[in-house]
Amino acid sequence: MLEIKCPWCGPRDESEFAYGGEAHINRPDPETSDDLAWAHYLYFRDNVQGLHAERWNHAYGCRRWFNAVRDTVNYRFHAVYEIGEDPPVEVAK
Amino acid sequence: MSNRRRQNYSAFSLFTQGMSHHKHWQKAWRSPEPRSHYDVIIVGAGGHGLATAFYLAAEHGITNVAVLEKGWLGGGNTGRNTTIVRSNYLQTESSDLYDKSLQLWEGLSQHVNYNNMFSQRGVYNLAHTPGDVRTTLRRVNANRLNGIDAEYHTPADIRANIPYINTSPDARYPILGGSFQPRAGVARHDAVAWGLARAADERGVDIIQDCEVTGINRDGSRVTGVETTRGTINAPKVGVVVAGHCSVLAEMAGLKLPIESHPLQACVSEPVKPVLNTVVMSNQVHGYCSQSDKGELVMGAGIDSYAGYGQRGSPRVIENFLAAIKEMFPIFSRMRMLRQWGGVVDVAPDASPILSKTDIQGLYFNCGWGTGGFKATPGSGWVFAHTIAKDEPHPINAPFSLERFVTGRLVDEHGAAAVAH
Repeated sequence: MLEIKCPWCGPRDESEFAYGGEAHINRPDPETSDDLAWAHYLYFRDNVQGLHAERWNHAYGCRRWFNAVRDTVNYRFHAVYEIGEDPPVEVAK
Repeated sequence: MSNRRRQNYSAFSLFTQGMSHHKHWQKAWRSPEPRSHYDVIIVGAGGHGLATAFYLAAEHGITNVAVLEKGWLGGGNTGRNTTIVRSNYLQTESSDLYDKSLQLWEGLSQHVNYNNMFSQRGVYNLAHTPGDVRTTLRRVNANRLNGIDAEYHTPADIRANIPYINTSPDARYPILGGSFQPRAGVARHDAVAWGLARAADERGVDIIQDCEVTGINRDGSRVTGVETTRGTINAPKVGVVVAGHCSVLAEMAGLKLPIESHPLQACVSEPVKPVLNTVVMSNQVHGYCSQSDKGELVMGAGIDSYAGYGQRGSPRVIENFLAAIKEMFPIFSRMRMLRQWGGVVDVAPDASPILSKTDIQGLYFNCGWGTGGFKATPGSGWVFAHTIAKDEPHPINAPFSLERFVTGRLVDEHGAAAVAH
């Protein structure tokens, strides 16, 4: 069981959270984007082995979204930060 | 170098070797030093990689092949799955692929002269809600239209085959029916890897363990080989078959894949006498269970929700699927668990695999099998060998290209494939 530090509620068990996948994926303008750019937005992911910026939702708590940097190898959280902010630690690419 | 004769495994050879206390068996495969050049390099000596190498040699006469493995042969997801083999997928594209695989399973032990203990004991996929029943009936009918054996069983039919399953209408999620595929079943996963390795080695394939690929070399838009922990190895064609680590290999070639890697967990109980003679899967309460030939109950469910390369997951997932198994089989409530483990699975957005050429000439990817790759082991190798040998996909795997994510022609098997992915 992971212990996840919600920026608003503090440390809680993983079972209260929903995972939201890779963070910082910007939606291209559908009017001007081509199929390849749209496919990358929808489906293609960095899927890094190492520090990963990702979204979480405190689904059974305050129900708010936030970002986190987590190591995908040992699952340790390195930072949590608000939606719209840049990762406070360097992430793998 | 090709066509080394191997001892034939038979009842007679078992008897004669027994006369000398089993001291004179040949090694099942060699451990050669890597050469500097091959016609084809396969990255990953799991079931799919070994099957690819085997069919390259057996079907296409390409024997100057190296299979590179960073750890030991069959030590990844091939040795970590719950060994279920079935082909009752909804979509026609999936039916063609998985049933080709099932047909190959039916002759695989003879073909490679290695008993992989393939046991066609059938697979149940249970329905617990009226919606479940409708989608199950739809899938049974779709399977039959595609020539795949499928039966719809009522709770009475299910109880007749599995007397102690909880078909009480008072259950939290009562069993309202289920599909049954008689040709489905289980196989011994280690033996599958060992048999394919032995048969590929016999035909001249070099299987090189403890050899991690650290880079993919290119000359412009052509692949020229790989960098490894045991030096540079050149080849005009490289097939990557590394399941959960496919994005890591893709990044070495400057590619990005529509894949997320997740932990998938399973566990086995202490061994008990024969009690379950088929495979039972439930999407709704979310657990599946079979009994191995050793007597252990083999159990699993879905992925951990978060991305992870750690080959382990969270205990709450195990707790959830054990609760589901206990709900279906109250008789198992006192069973003790013997082992629990995790693997890293490569999940694609449509829960269908990628068997594809790439933008780089000579570089091929076989990935995206997610939670259901074991059943496809021979079929995956068969179509991927064709793709590499001919430099174009076989009609069976043409729909499973990388381009489908750009064109939008997904093969959507999420929830439709009889179990949640």
